[in-house]
Amino acid sequence: MIQLKVNGKQRSFRGRRFKRLIDVLREDFDLTGTKEGCGEGECGACSVFVDGELVNSCLIPVYQADGARVETVEALGDPDALDPLQASFLTEGGAQCGICTPGMLMSAWAFVRDGGRDDLDAIRTALAGNLCRCTGYQHIVSSVVATVRDKTRTSARRRTKKK
Amino acid sequence: MRGDPAGMRVLQPRTIEEALDAFARRPSAVPLAGGTDFMVAWNAGGENGRVILDLSAITSWKRVRVSGRGLRIGALTTHWQLQHEASVKKHLPLLAEACATIGGRQIQTRGTLGGNIANASPAGDTFPPLAVYDAKVRLRSASGRRTLPFIEVFEGVKKTSLGAGELIESIDVDAPRKPTRQLFRKVGTRAASAISKTVAAGLLWTRPDGAIRELRFALGSMAPTVKRLRAVEAFVAGKKPTGEVVEEAAALLEEDVSPIDDFRSTRFYRLEVSRNLLRAFLK
Ligand SMILES: Cc1cc2nc3c(=O)[nH]c(=O)nc-3n(C[C@H](O)[C@H](O)[C@H](O)COP(=O)(O)OP(=O)(O)OC[C@H]3O[C@@H](n4cnc5c(N)ncnc54)[C@H](O)[C@@H]3O)c2cc1C
Ligand code: FES
Ligand code: FES
Repeated sequence: MIQLKVNGKQRSFRGRRFKRLIDVLREDFDLTGTKEGCGEGECGACSVFVDGELVNSCLIPVYQADGARVETVEALGDPDALDPLQASFLTEGGAQCGICTPGMLMSAWAFVRDGGRDDLDAIRTALAGNLCRCTGYQHIVSSVVATVRDKTRTSARRRTKKK
Repeated sequence: MRGDPAGMRVLQPRTIEEALDAFARRPSAVPLAGGTDFMVAWNAGGENGRVILDLSAITSWKRVRVSGRGLRIGALTTHWQLQHEASVKKHLPLLAEACATIGGRQIQTRGTLGGNIANASPAGDTFPPLAVYDAKVRLRSASGRRTLPFIEVFEGVKKTSLGAGELIESIDVDAPRKPTRQLFRKVGTRAASAISKTVAAGLLWTRPDGAIRELRFALGSMAPTVKRLRAVEAFVAGKKPTGEVVEEAAALLEEDVSPIDDFRSTRFYRLEVSRNLLRAFLK
């Protein structure tokens, strides 16, 4: 039996050990936010965190995640409580058909989490493992820029308040 | 056809010794590290019914050890780790740079140096840096260890000289003395996830009078395996890089490589770009 902590909840999986993590998430745990674009590691639509690291869940047999913490896009926020990143994707037009969006959000989340700044080159590098067929990328990059700027502003405000 | 989990058997050794014993008993098993090469093939249905030898538990191969001038890079160290590791950035900056160009972050957090080498693609991006650093590869099997010069690991496209039951344990590199100039350059269609049309690494030491003391230059994607430009290196040693010398060096490049036309690029383009990289580096 394989044990995973998915989005904070303890889950177990009793099926084939070589089933891909993406299929276990979608089919067995009903977490269909994670998408399959290519199944070849190229598109990043299947991006999730395993023990905090950004990975492609189409390239991981589930047994390799045994005992690990997994976060999917569902952990970022939901319609009632959007994460600032999700809100920016909405206001900046960072999503069109939406297939790439969960993966883009995960890569952007990793970037913001690691203290990424308002630096276009760094943002593009952070999203380099994600393909989008619709937006032409500019709106996605702007969404991340908007989030990072808001965050900087908010924390600056917090700092001033403390003083 | 797709990958079918039903036919797969997974061996999960807990120690190095268990892994080597299991591999000795099942030499047809596929060692699995980060899976960024193997799982692509498996997803496409090409690797069904395999026995997998999982290497995840061998945590002592996931580290870089530094002793004096030597770095021992465990085979399971990832490209993400390597590009952030202080000792690698300091002593082997070309390797750190190469690791940062391998796919996007999702590939770098899983893909390992050992897997890159064992996979033996002509376009392996870590190969030119490891070739100019004169790296050595430590192999281990149930019957012992052996060490090979890096370049000798490769026998052809996707073919290595690893024997039955043999695993890559580490990549050993001595930090070179500080070069006057160094170069890593990957030429491809996209920054991430693009297979190189040509990939180059160079180290150059000059004398106070401007003459070249030593050149080491390696090219990937230009032959079935990574190549050091031995003819060029020998020719320029001791010479000042005048226009004539540089031109002659560029002409000698073809002595050591044999690029092909394929769907990614042409022989002509690959040669021309490589010559230009060499010219710019020498001048
Ligand atoms: C989208 C994408 C982009 C990529 N971009 C690049 C790129 O730009 N440049 C590049 O060079 N590569 C690239 N790759 C290829 C791949 O990521 C690298 O080759 C990676 O280093 C492979 O390591 P791994 O641990 O994932 O290998 P795995 O898939 O686990 O293994 C690969 C092979 O090596 C064998 N193996 C693994 N470890 C050992 C060991 N310790 N001893 C003996 N045999 C072993 C396995 O049996 C298997 O045959 C890319 C792949 C993808 C999917
Ligand atoms: S579906 Fe996993 S990278 Fe495209
Ligand atoms: S929004 Fe359609 S693929 Fe990106």
